[in-house]
Amino acid sequence: MKNIIGFIRQNYTFFSLLILQIVSLVMLSSYSKSHQTFFGNWNNTIAGKVNSKYNEWAYFFNLKATNAKLVAENVALRNELAQNFVPYDTSVKSGTLILRKDSLEKIRKFFYYPAKVVGNSFTLQKNYITIERGGLQGVKKDMAAISPDGSIVGVVVEVNDNYSKIMSLLHRNSKVSAMLKRDRIAGSIEWDGNSPDILLLKNISKSASPKIGDTVLTSPYSSSFPAQLMIGKVTSIIKGPSSNFLTLNIKSATNFYNLEFVYLVQNKRMEAQADIEQKGEGNE
Amino acid sequence: MNNLLKNSVRFILFLLIQIIILNEIPPIHQFITPYLYFIFILWLPFGTSRIATTLLGFVIGYTLDMFTNTPGLHAAAASLIGYLRPTILNILLAQQVSEELSKEPSIGSMGWGPFMIYIFAMTFIHHFYLVLLEWLQFGDFGYFIGKVFFTSGMSMLLILLAELLLNRRKLKR
Repeated sequence: MKNIIGFIRQNYTFFSLLILQIVSLVMLSSYSKSHQTFFGNWNNTIAGKVNSKYNEWAYFFNLKATNAKLVAENVALRNELAQNFVPYDTSVKSGTLILRKDSLEKIRKFFYYPAKVVGNSFTLQKNYITIERGGLQGVKKDMAAISPDGSIVGVVVEVNDNYSKIMSLLHRNSKVSAMLKRDRIAGSIEWDGNSPDILLLKNISKSASPKIGDTVLTSPYSSSFPAQLMIGKVTSIIKGPSSNFLTLNIKSATNFYNLEFVYLVQNKRMEAQADIEQKGEGNE
Repeated sequence: MNNLLKNSVRFILFLLIQIIILNEIPPIHQFITPYLYFIFILWLPFGTSRIATTLLGFVIGYTLDMFTNTPGLHAAAASLIGYLRPTILNILLAQQVSEELSKEPSIGSMGWGPFMIYIFAMTFIHHFYLVLLEWLQFGDFGYFIGKVFFTSGMSMLLILLAELLLNRRKLKR
């Protein structure tokens, strides 16, 4: 026993290195598995504060570009105003037997919240976006994030009181259901960690006939994202000889380099959808 | 005291450069991620003990990790080079130079050759370990080798630029 203590005492620098290495490796591995660790939350608050201070400066210098974006968005919204549309003339049709009870009443499924981006990375293999809007302001896990021009950004993975973290599309584990606009065949959007501009659309059936330049949209199967949001355009098609599926390279429509604001989308029926999707599995 | 103040300023300065500038640059290529923050460890005085460089490496690495959401990744790599620093310096330096404890490793105090080998060894070990940890999570050998070499090259370029820009010649005898 004395010898062991003596040995440790002689080599205490080496043992302190060993302990530090073990501590950091444990942190790294446990963090990758679950995002809900105590340290994760604590770091989020401190780094979030510093990031938002820095962001106040960066925000000032980007005001011009932000303004241009807001103007473009206003124009797009103005174009969709109700007064721009003429109602369908139902009085001409005389023999209508079945009338909907009240054709004006619709159920609202998606709600939108604005959020300011205070932290953003795109150079790593697992990229996250930090936003200044948290659980106290109505953010929940699994809400979708879209950019002001309507293309998708990611999914909320972690929420504390005033900040939340979005798993960007540029993340090795990110997976979003998508479809080709041409023939509406669905696959999933992933990222291989190579270039922040290029996403992969996997599991497209070989019966599909995609062309270069085709638009890729979110599919109606996703529970987080509303359908038909822009994702990007096909740049090349990879045909694996041993697989029944195609992989497409997608030029991302989102500009991840200068995100200032994102919109969070809440699906009011997400729990109901997740619930029914899980129930089927018990019958097998 | 003067030394402590100078190194504290460097600690904050290089962390800020890493977080605010280098992490925000759009990547030139998937293999190239510019790293400069560990120059803080390279520039510590000769007299700093092994246990101090190891702990300082861990602290600066972990602080950076808070901002990149990778707790432990940079901390592991930076504490490793902190531990190996005295060994590398002892191999490279003649006895008389390393005895002047308050001096710092630089081109002026070490000469071009030994200094280049010193920064190459430290940069390479740091990146090798860092990318190895990343690689263990994703797995692609070509990516691993390519990223180690190109990122090391980029970092060495940045270190040399910092060395020449922040004129530290006055340390020369």
